[in-house]
Amino acid sequence: MNTKLIFRIAKSLLLARWRQTLVAAVGVTFSITMFITLLGFMNGLNDLLDSLILNRTPHVRLFNEIKATKHQPIDLSGRFKAYHNFIKSIKPSGNSTEIRNNGLIMQALQKDDRVLGISPKMTAQVFYNVGEIDITGVVNGIDVEAESKLFFFQDYVTEGSYLDLKNVPNSIILGKGAAEKMLAKIGDVIQITTPKGERFPLKVVGFFQSGIIEIDKVQSYASIKTAQKLLGVTNSYVTDIQVKLKDMTLAPTLSKEYAHIFNSDAEDIQTANSQFETGSSIRTLISYAVGITLLIVAGFGIYNILNMMIYEKMDTIAILKATGFSGKDVNRIFITIALSIGFFGGITGLLCGFLLSSVIDQIPFNTAALPTVSTYPINYNLKFYFIGISFSLITTYFAGLFPARKASKIDPVDIIRGK
Amino acid sequence: MQHSTIIEAKAINKSFHDPITIPILKDINLSVNKGEFTSIVGKSGCGKSTLLYILSTMDTDYEGELLIDGISMKGKKEQDLARVRNEKIGFVFQFHYLLNEFTVLQNVMLPGLKLNKYSEQELEHRAMEHLRKLGIENQALKSATQLSGGEKQRVAIARALINDPLIIMGDEPTGNLDKKNTEVVFEIFQQLATEYHQALLIVTHDPSFASRTNRIIEMEDGRIIKS
Ligand SMILES: Nc1ncnc2c1ncn2[C@@H]1O[C@H](COP(=O)(O)OP(=O)(O)OP(=O)(O)O)[C@@H](O)[C@H]1O
Ligand SMILES: [Mg+2]
Repeated sequence: MNTKLIFRIAKSLLLARWRQTLVAAVGVTFSITMFITLLGFMNGLNDLLDSLILNRTPHVRLFNEIKATKHQPIDLSGRFKAYHNFIKSIKPSGNSTEIRNNGLIMQALQKDDRVLGISPKMTAQVFYNVGEIDITGVVNGIDVEAESKLFFFQDYVTEGSYLDLKNVPNSIILGKGAAEKMLAKIGDVIQITTPKGERFPLKVVGFFQSGIIEIDKVQSYASIKTAQKLLGVTNSYVTDIQVKLKDMTLAPTLSKEYAHIFNSDAEDIQTANSQFETGSSIRTLISYAVGITLLIVAGFGIYNILNMMIYEKMDTIAILKATGFSGKDVNRIFITIALSIGFFGGITGLLCGFLLSSVIDQIPFNTAALPTVSTYPINYNLKFYFIGISFSLITTYFAGLFPARKASKIDPVDIIRGK
Repeated sequence: MQHSTIIEAKAINKSFHDPITIPILKDINLSVNKGEFTSIVGKSGCGKSTLLYILSTMDTDYEGELLIDGISMKGKKEQDLARVRNEKIGFVFQFHYLLNEFTVLQNVMLPGLKLNKYSEQELEHRAMEHLRKLGIENQALKSATQLSGGEKQRVAIARALINDPLIIMGDEPTGNLDKKNTEVVFEIFQQLATEYHQALLIVTHDPSFASRTNRIIEMEDGRIIKS
């Protein structure tokens, strides 16, 4: 019903007061710009920090923890069955973190179609020999191909080639921090001491930078075969099975399931990194809060400007009503005015937000801790743009609601008499 | 047209209640027929404007009955009354009351666009016709703010005519104009009445204006004393 006419009148009223309209629209534009930029930047940062951890963390990790036997002698006594028993005397035995029957487990996992891939791993505590002193370290024996495919190992090898780890026998990729301490260069042969006291020469084929300095001072990588040789164990010895799932959200359930089936310990990514999730969600929350606050302020601006406009346009409203426009028509005219301010201000805001994000995206951001980034991270998710424009329409709608209702209630007789 | 009576007021009473109840209109009975050029006269404050606002459906707070084109206006919704005003009544005020945001032509066309009976081109054509009839067609594309008082009032008359209303009501439409322009407006009204059989109901203070109309309704203290 007469929508075109309503739009036309709204447009004329807007253009007649274009300066005020512009101020109102700039308020919306500013808030949406900040909203988009803030969310893009915060989420870029979240993604970066998440990928720092999440990319390299298995969704489910199967391992064998050394711990006291579950069944202590007192449990065998019938008398104390119903009690909570805390007398424990049997110490951990077996002395191995090896996952037993890991070959079968891996076969079973590979058949599971919820699983994207698996990568076996074993860790060995060693000493790096640096001149007179020994530094403690950890050598991770990995399946190089699986590790790069599933956990982006290659991204963190900053110098040298990660494939040499597989191709060169007895090779090692050192953590950057450890390498600096040892003054090791690519091609050097370093000495390490195994827990059993044997010395072992390894050839350095690359450096590794995780982004977390403490890790880089200690960790290094070798192929799983080399690591097994270091410890003098059979080639079926594996301490961790890292599982990457197709759907990460299934991790907690599957981790329980696997722990039960394979009779080992299992940890899911959500539990392992709960602090990161909290950080991410708080950053997102802050961006939304700031964006919405800005929009509400802009909304009050629009409210004021519309109220002013209605006072100025009393005569216009009275004539419209006297010549046959109903209260509802007048209401729709002012709602249309409010929504157009929201729409055009919002669209411009999306554009400015995008531009500002792109500018931030170009600012160099080099830090030793983050080898994979060179500029500030920005997330350009369309979702933020969609939320931005919806917010701006919703706020301007509410800002226009009361002024529009007031305008629709104006009694033309009062205005015409008042002249 | 099946009703020769356009507007009929039956026993209309109205009081204002602030702060004490004062009766303003007392037992008004009145009917206006097709083609009649009627004027309402009376002392200031006797209730002429109040009556006109009731007859034009803008004021709904009264007792009694109002029939427009044979249909009772009692209990009609605001939206329906707006429609009645749009379709059947043209209003001309003392203070021109054009919309300053629009051109002269758009001002004339607006009630027609609202009625949505004719296409936009047709409406534009009709609006130009009316402006030509009133001798201001060359002002059509000017902004409403650029006209003189007399010209504005003629535009307001053109706007009142755009939907072929049953009746044109005016509340002292010449009250703000000089002699010459008053004469122009009066002649337009008279021409509308004689040539187009347009019904007109005009409140005026000007005795010479009133004396030249077909019928004079005289009011005193909220009553019609002569009609
Ligand atoms: N909103 C109102 N509240 C109370 N009294 C009012 C109100 N509007 C008008 N009146 C009173 O109603 C009476 C009639 O007013 P009205 O405007 O109809 O007179 P009028 O005949 O048109 O006078 P004029 O010739 O000066 O225009 C006046 O005494 C006026 O004071
Ligand atoms: Mg009056």
